Amino acid sequence: MQLTNRSKVINKKKLNWVESLYLPAIFSGMIITIKHFFKKAATTRYPEEKRYIAPVYRGVHVLKRNDKGQENCTACGLCAVSCPAEAITIVAAERQKGEEHLYKKEKYAAMYEINMLRCIFCGICEEACPEDSIYLTDRILPSNYQRNNFIYGKDLLVEGIKPEERIDIGVRKKHYEMNEKPRV
Amino acid sequence: MAKVTIDGIEIEVPDGTTILQAARMIGPSVAPPAMCFYTKLKTSGGYCRTCLVEVTKGSDKDPRPMPKLVISCRTTVMDGMVVTNQLSPRVLDARAGIVEFLLLNHPLDCPICDQAGECHLQDLSYENGNYTTRTDFERRTFEKIDIGDFIQLHMTRCILCYRCVKVAEQITDGRVHGVLNRGDLSEISTYIKEAIDNDFSGNMIDVCPVGALTDKTFRFKSRVWFTKPVDAHRDCDKCSGKVVLWYKGEEVLRVTGRKDEWGEVDEFICNTCRFEKKHTADWSIEGVRNISRHSVISANKYKNLVKPNEFHLNDIKAITE
Repeated sequence: MQLTNRSKVINKKKLNWVESLYLPAIFSGMIITIKHFFKKAATTRYPEEKRYIAPVYRGVHVLKRNDKGQENCTACGLCAVSCPAEAITIVAAERQKGEEHLYKKEKYAAMYEINMLRCIFCGICEEACPEDSIYLTDRILPSNYQRNNFIYGKDLLVEGIKPEERIDIGVRKKHYEMNEKPRV
Repeated sequence: MAKVTIDGIEIEVPDGTTILQAARMIGPSVAPPAMCFYTKLKTSGGYCRTCLVEVTKGSDKDPRPMPKLVISCRTTVMDGMVVTNQLSPRVLDARAGIVEFLLLNHPLDCPICDQAGECHLQDLSYENGNYTTRTDFERRTFEKIDIGDFIQLHMTRCILCYRCVKVAEQITDGRVHGVLNRGDLSEISTYIKEAIDNDFSGNMIDVCPVGALTDKTFRFKSRVWFTKPVDAHRDCDKCSGKVVLWYKGEEVLRVTGRKDEWGEVDEFICNTCRFEKKHTADWSIEGVRNISRHSVISANKYKNLVKPNEFHLNDIKAITE
């Protein structure tokens, strides 16, 4: 059964004397190779050079802090329950006295894990979040050799307190807010 | 017997039945919501006014309509009465207004409230309210207080339904808490901190329609929808011992009474069952509780789930060797 016209019938006839030298085939192959030296490269030199990333791109998550440096996440669990891949695990804890500068409300996420191998980067967690905490960014998920290294904890997800350690989500947030249904 | 028509559905009920109970006999599609009425508590109802319905025909003898909307939890049926609930725009409009009143002082802290997911006010405002607020003034706030060893009172969230007061009055002997002050200043309190130690005081948590009275042993342990409800019972000399265990993994996080489809417990349970028996060994398990498919509690739960074996790199090396 033939599905497309692209299949080629393999010709298994014996090579003649000129063909058995292989030289014509090598030269024709080299011509194709050398032609590519003068063409525009299809690849980019990541990470020095980065490609344009569309505002709709959804990459690695970030857990935002507010202007005071407190974590926005209150471990409400809406991201975890809305996650279609069930990639998010949260353990909540109560804020103690003296921790007010770290957490926004009396409850916070003591453990927040995203299994990046389960995650399908659909962005529903971002949409579910009532506290402006989780956002998907334009960062690309780095590869790894170990499966358990793909389970991202709070150390990898929460952004830093210092201004230079903050992760910019401006483009993404703008895009998200533009597409959000207006609340009447 | 009296014949009533509620939203076009006719039903014959015994005399003395309230409109709300008659509507509940028909089914959840016509039953008005209720925040303060509780079938098992006498004299409850009449405070929140969410169950307002329109009576378009008083009775066969006096067919005039009732001029105002009436509270269905306290109004008894009459022969030939015609009631409209969901079909009346007047009722829906009034109910949206009532929701707005209830939410005037109720904080929007569902993300940190332990009741979220099984909160009646959440359901009510979702189904009957407008998704907006028209006020921007400061809401009434109170300090959290511990009433009793196991119960925390978060007065900020209270909607003053009086259910917990009725529980203390009718289930326990000797009520030590109540509503203090009047009007906008009213609050549930004991005046003496940690004064409630009655054996059945834990039922206040079950009857509370919002997150004002919460279980201190369950505080922030888990969201409701991450726990799995399982029916269980034990021989208890104080109560029936029929409860629901809320599991997370192998751990019992919380014990509550069994609630029916109206969110009312079937049988009140004692504090020993509720707060102290938190091991599977204490209970005879009856099976997983049936939860409505539309409830958030049923999210991410699967019947007949077979978990695949998880291999670690070390295991695989051991196998190959």
